[in-house]
Amino acid sequence: MKLIEILNALFPAGHEVGTFGQLIAGTAQTSSSTVAVLGTTDAAAIGHDIALGLAGRILDIVDQHPGRPIVFLVDTKGQALSRAEELLCLNGSLAHLARCVDLARRQGHVSVALVTGEAVSGGFLSFGLMADKTYALADAQVRVMDLKAMARVTKIAHERLVELAGSSPTFAPGAENYLSMGALEAIWDAPTAALLESALDQRVAKGLLVDGRMDAGRERGGRSLAAQTVAAVLAA
Amino acid sequence: MNAPVHTQLALRHSYFEASARSRVAQLLDAGSFREFLPPEVSQPSPHLAVLGIPGAFDDGVIVGSGQLGGKPVLLIAQEGQFMGGAVGEIHGAKIVGLLRRAIVERPAAVVFMVDSGGVRLHEANAGLIAISEIMRAVLDTRAAGVPVIALVGGSCGAFGGMGIVSRLCSAIVMSEEGRLALSGPEVIETVAGVEEFDSKDRALVWRVTGGKHRYLTGDCAELVEDDAASFRQSTIDLLAGLTEPAPGSSALRTEQKRLTQRRERFAGMRDGLEVWAAMGMARPAEVSLMDRDSLVAAKKGLPA
Repeated sequence: MKLIEILNALFPAGHEVGTFGQLIAGTAQTSSSTVAVLGTTDAAAIGHDIALGLAGRILDIVDQHPGRPIVFLVDTKGQALSRAEELLCLNGSLAHLARCVDLARRQGHVSVALVTGEAVSGGFLSFGLMADKTYALADAQVRVMDLKAMARVTKIAHERLVELAGSSPTFAPGAENYLSMGALEAIWDAPTAALLESALDQRVAKGLLVDGRMDAGRERGGRSLAAQTVAAVLAA
Repeated sequence: MNAPVHTQLALRHSYFEASARSRVAQLLDAGSFREFLPPEVSQPSPHLAVLGIPGAFDDGVIVGSGQLGGKPVLLIAQEGQFMGGAVGEIHGAKIVGLLRRAIVERPAAVVFMVDSGGVRLHEANAGLIAISEIMRAVLDTRAAGVPVIALVGGSCGAFGGMGIVSRLCSAIVMSEEGRLALSGPEVIETVAGVEEFDSKDRALVWRVTGGKHRYLTGDCAELVEDDAASFRQSTIDLLAGLTEPAPGSSALRTEQKRLTQRRERFAGMRDGLEVWAAMGMARPAEVSLMDRDSLVAAKKGLPA
């Protein structure tokens, strides 16, 4: 789906969202309020410029529009891969972006992330996975690495990985796997205003900063060892 | 105090080469370590077993409590010699559990001995989600007033998601041998070509990701020699002055400004040598030969 179609579907009451290279930013109307819209498009590789561009806009929202909900649209193929980016500590800029999302949450900004295209590794970690709740469209691609590359790196036969992927959500690409492991709240067949507004309301109802993803993973049967291990460390 | 030179050499223990267990023993006050989930009550990763890969009972990370310079700390130590210190489901959950425990127990700090390439590909989704949970848990721990100090000097460095986690900590103590970055040089070389990043050029790798470079550009707080005693002393010194202010936008605005200005100042550069020259280092080519104390002194003398 094109970005404009997604925005029209999510915000029939209106939106003013601009694209700045592959960064997207602006505001939109829901039936109850004005929300900030931030994110990336066209499978952006996240480098310093996008990370700092998003981080600065989040700080502006926190300082100038207290409490305004934030909708993150996620479409990233991962971090930018270059020596120049690493020279200036790209992990530091991604950490800074993550801290800005975290600050917004702590200051009471409801946040919802929607994966509209790709969600890969570092790019996904730095903002999509930092929101209160993360959702994905049905055709979204969520992954660390595709199975062919994984087979090369791990030296495990591709056929074996494909076979195992049928019975385990632990390593293979796919939004369903992230849903069953608790990292996604739901997968949407199509973007709609009703789904988005319900997602924004859920956080208001819960009103909690607690990270419940491993508990969700256990309840859904996709990830049970994590919650069990945390409980054991707390009790030791 | 003036031990003969050969005795001093014998007393030095390379942090880079040591195992995680040996680092823990040398970092903490003698005999103070208590491990949570020691190997005899743990299970190796079933996700590795299904792939026919031998597991480790501690899943490559040690968590526990101890004393550091007489102060209570909780501690995490990743074992780079098992699966490159990479984060799988159990490994990650042990770290999250330890950080959540710190919020309850309120030690003087959490010491996080990072030695990891990031996500364990054999458990890719579980590892990525676990790193996200670690990121939030580090920030929750800091928001509860407990500092988290990252030590980066192991053979696997701090890469991928663990590079992000390290930069979320209150402070980083690094050795020259330590490496801190997002994508490893091998990954960049594979995707973008050897002209972009020659991962076999060790000197270049250290000029881009190594401890001296990160220290000069302010991405780690302290630079130490590659021995456990130096990491210990530096962490004790940091503990004495470290506080965790409540999260707020002013500190993040300061960081935003620093990162933005730096991006402009060093635009287009691809080698530490260029950055150090632009910072005002008189002889950047000599940085790699300088000992730790000389480099710290040289940084103090740089123009603001």
